[in-house]
Amino acid sequence: MRFIQSHPNIIISGGFILIVCFAALTAPWLAPYPFDQQDTHSILQGPGAQHWMGTDRLGRDLFSRLLYGARMSMAVGIFTALFAVLFGTIYGAVSGYMGGRADNILMRIVDLVYSLPDLLLIILITVTIGRGVLGIFLALSLVSWVTVARIIRGEVLKLREFSYVEAARAVGAPHHRILFFHILPNTLGVLIVTLTFRIPAAILAESTLSFIGLGIAPPFASWGSMANEGWSAMKFYPHLILFPSLVLFLTMVAFNVLGDALRDALDPEHRQRSA
Amino acid sequence: MIGYILRRLGWGIPVLWLVATATFVLMHIVPGGPFDQEKSLPPEIRANVDAKYHLDRPVLTQYYFYLGDLLRGDLGPSYKYLGRNVNDMIRETFPVSMQLGLWAVLISVVLGIGAGVVAAARPLSWMDHTGMFLATAGISLPSFVIGTFLILIFSYRLHLFPAALWEGWRYTVLPAVTLALLPMAYIARLTRSSLLEVLHKDFIRTVRAKGFGERQVLLKHALKNSITPVVSFLGPLTATLVTGSFVVEFIFSVPGMGRYFITAVTNRDYPLIMGVTLVYAVLIVVANILVDLVYIWLDPRMRIKNDS
Repeated sequence: MRFIQSHPNIIISGGFILIVCFAALTAPWLAPYPFDQQDTHSILQGPGAQHWMGTDRLGRDLFSRLLYGARMSMAVGIFTALFAVLFGTIYGAVSGYMGGRADNILMRIVDLVYSLPDLLLIILITVTIGRGVLGIFLALSLVSWVTVARIIRGEVLKLREFSYVEAARAVGAPHHRILFFHILPNTLGVLIVTLTFRIPAAILAESTLSFIGLGIAPPFASWGSMANEGWSAMKFYPHLILFPSLVLFLTMVAFNVLGDALRDALDPEHRQRSA
Repeated sequence: MIGYILRRLGWGIPVLWLVATATFVLMHIVPGGPFDQEKSLPPEIRANVDAKYHLDRPVLTQYYFYLGDLLRGDLGPSYKYLGRNVNDMIRETFPVSMQLGLWAVLISVVLGIGAGVVAAARPLSWMDHTGMFLATAGISLPSFVIGTFLILIFSYRLHLFPAALWEGWRYTVLPAVTLALLPMAYIARLTRSSLLEVLHKDFIRTVRAKGFGERQVLLKHALKNSITPVVSFLGPLTATLVTGSFVVEFIFSVPGMGRYFITAVTNRDYPLIMGVTLVYAVLIVVANILVDLVYIWLDPRMRIKNDS
């Protein structure tokens, strides 16, 4: 009970995210209409009793598409972030632990990837692999792991100076054991926070891609592609773009607020101080 | 100092070469050439076209041609817009993108730092909470959402600013604000946390004990010392603005390089893709070097580290 009182941010934002996840997982059962069912008798309707959020230009129910879009956007966001964090953590931890020349080389590679504009790389990779979920997933993961690697490496560099590492070496523990059982568990706080911030970054990237037309292809729905479809009719049918944008915004705010709150709670270095 | 600059510039060359090669490789991995989507040409004409653009040669040969042209500064002709040179196309659109980008940098840095300072000056006040809430909102809004929202309000309802194109100073407002919002929010948060940290340091206590007013303490002493994370962010900021410009230029129909990039990629217009990519890469490398120089100038401790 006290946890709820002292951490309202975590509860509210976490709760919202859970609701969105629930909607995403149960979309096929929750949605009143299939996401691709066209009904040419009721196109471009505003919100009403039959269609809670209106219909698009092909007569598809917007609310249902929004639910399926939640599925798509959340799936891409979460899995991309997970993969980026997984790969980035291993890369960064190994690089930081080894130090010296190997660390130098590995970080040069990271710098090179980091210094290229990410959307540029994503667009190029997406075009190479083709549109669709796999392309976006690969492109986004390949670009976002570098941020994670840098952060984790920084943490590992600090952690390996602690005496318990020296003690473990003295007892004869092999490097991989030290890394896995002693150092990585201590990065957990930073790791969780990084993951929580990577997810909205991935969702943002996916929706931006879909919006320019290089992401999820029709008839599949993602919040970004729905925004694209609604954008050209914005002046006369604003509901088409308002609802996906609103949900996108709220979800991302929730993740960012959650990340901030988790960072206050978990990251030992970051303290929100007042004067 | 000069040695440092030269060394950094030296590092830029392999980066650019890598970018050029990576773009080349990616483009040629994709099945389908630039002329496959046209109505099918008679074989003789097809052979002529291929020969002209070196498409009939093995890939490595094409690569050598490509690098050779690049070193001469020639970005080649566009495959899609026949008769037009990529150099010319970029020369026409680059100033527009540059203008948009610079305005966005100005807005985001000035307003971002300003907001951060106001928030840190009175921590946990309503100004702080509002400011930081808006900042969190700012980093959660995709640019197409902001752009749409701004257009709906300021163009369609209030008729204050035009919604598209680029024909006068009024046209720059909405796109620049849209582009600047995310960096501005980020900078505000960064400035606030950095400033709060610095305000706890002992030397600030000394300055206050000397009798300086709070405003001077804040602006003159604390701010300079807390600006370094923001400066570090300016490098990636350039990259963010560059990529953000794709979407913003698309939304507001700004005649810049960004929309060329997107259409070129879908058209497989190789020279145009390479040209735009390289220009962006050069921009980012130069920006990063400049940022490092500013960093060294700001923090004298960095000079010792870097001269070794």
